Amino acid sequence: MKAVCWQGANKVEVETVPDPKIINPGDAVIRITSTAICGSDLHLYDGFIPTMEQGDILGHEFMGEVVEVGSEVKRIKVGDRVVNPFPIACGHCFFCKQTLTSLCDNTNPNAFMAEALMGYSPSGIFGYSHMLGGYAGGQAEYARVPHADVGLYKIPNGLTDEQVLFLSDIFPTGYMAAENCDIKPGHVVAIWGCGPVAQFAIRSAFLLGAERVIAIDRVPERLQMAKDGGAEVLDFEQVDVGEALKEMTGGRGPDAVMDAVGMEAHGMGLEGLYDKAKQAVRLETDRPPALRQAILACRKGGTVSVPGVYGGFVDKIPLGAFMNKALTMKTGQTHVHRYFAPLLEHIQNGDIDPSFVITHRLPLEQAPQGYEIFKHKKDHCIKIVLKPGQST
Amino acid sequence: MAQPIKVERTVTIEKSAEDLYRFWHTLENLPHFTRHLKSVKVYDDGRSHWVTSAPMGNSVEWDARITEDRPNEVIAWTSVEGADIANSGSVRFQPAPGDRGTEVKVITTYDAPAGVVGDAIAKLFGENPKQQIGDDLARFKMLMETGEIATNEGQPSGRRS
Repeated sequence: MKAVCWQGANKVEVETVPDPKIINPGDAVIRITSTAICGSDLHLYDGFIPTMEQGDILGHEFMGEVVEVGSEVKRIKVGDRVVNPFPIACGHCFFCKQTLTSLCDNTNPNAFMAEALMGYSPSGIFGYSHMLGGYAGGQAEYARVPHADVGLYKIPNGLTDEQVLFLSDIFPTGYMAAENCDIKPGHVVAIWGCGPVAQFAIRSAFLLGAERVIAIDRVPERLQMAKDGGAEVLDFEQVDVGEALKEMTGGRGPDAVMDAVGMEAHGMGLEGLYDKAKQAVRLETDRPPALRQAILACRKGGTVSVPGVYGGFVDKIPLGAFMNKALTMKTGQTHVHRYFAPLLEHIQNGDIDPSFVITHRLPLEQAPQGYEIFKHKKDHCIKIVLKPGQST
Repeated sequence: MAQPIKVERTVTIEKSAEDLYRFWHTLENLPHFTRHLKSVKVYDDGRSHWVTSAPMGNSVEWDARITEDRPNEVIAWTSVEGADIANSGSVRFQPAPGDRGTEVKVITTYDAPAGVVGDAIAKLFGENPKQQIGDDLARFKMLMETGEIATNEGQPSGRRS
């Protein structure tokens, strides 16, 4: 089959590799019909996530048709049309029983690597480094899915791939990030970043009852898409974000703030140079200016939601502000499994059509160009969907 | 002779002590989840023969006897005279607080003699014997909780060897 393989920093190639097969009795193999490039894939592309190996198949946002199932698979059948969640969950452990599926105890065969960095390991994740399981990803024609009965979600007839594909990650991720804001009537939520996750977070915050959402970025088409979703917007290159937020919220500050940027945020001025230099020589693994600004901007007693991906260590987090303002931080990889049913219902009700975020549709073979376009935000790119088996 | 090496690791498993004890008590089951143990054969007299893989296609073998066996609580064993590597171990099962299943604690002790076999056993247990036992216990937990052991072996990649 054809698959998108990581070849080192800033290099992916579409290669011909062996087809995946059933390895464990709970596995399924699916033929992939749509697969997306995630903003978090750019952290891999840029070379900032450790334990990637040359040849690793990328991709964790994918869906398709089941073509083979293992001997213990009962619920999922060959021929089912399914969306796959990016974290792999066993369905049986302490964490899965509480629907904290991205914390599953039993799906990371390389847990020891994550334990060395984090103390305890989160679940395995498709196509996201050996530290998180070394699982072959879904930017490919086929993928093996462990614990298929727990993970794969059957899609009812009448919905297109583009309407449901993002149930695999970014819609639940934006939704959980909004849930983590602890939104109450009248609340104002400020969101750093207007990438795909943030776009879903904006719309989810309104679904959850936010009074206002203020979104912060510098890329005009992303700010426009945030406006289309009902947000007020700030360009961080044009205004002092902290001051602007204070004025926009009657001097109170936003009730909740969200870092939907993560480890490669773009800082301004001296702070930006400081993080870039430290990250370049690996003294700091992650650049956190969005998180710093969010903590300072948040109102007293407010909530800091962090869907942005971090991999290791950050410097100069204003813990004094965090402590003295009595803030609460909520974060985590998304427990995708628990959002399938409620978010599908929102899609079926017409509350949201997730395909709004797609700007580019490419055959799988053009993934290398896709990564370049997406990384550099060329051609007004916000979200790329790859279609396997479409090139001639 | 070098000092004996003692390794201790604990894992919590969402199963009753009874289920876990029963699986472990059938010593032939152990190679299902251990990385290096190739086989355990139990003789009629209660003794058992253990074979582990060692580097370069070698193996290390010994006979063991059970020294303690309390249902649903503890199983302990020790190698008998003539073992390649004198070793002993135990597994204890204790209810976890808050209805979270069972805490399973494994303690193994082995002599690491000098010479070829000593080198082999050092490699066998790697730089970090605690991690090896920990990984074996993680796989035991996977098998008990989910019925299978997570793996990425045998899946495709674009690696050029």
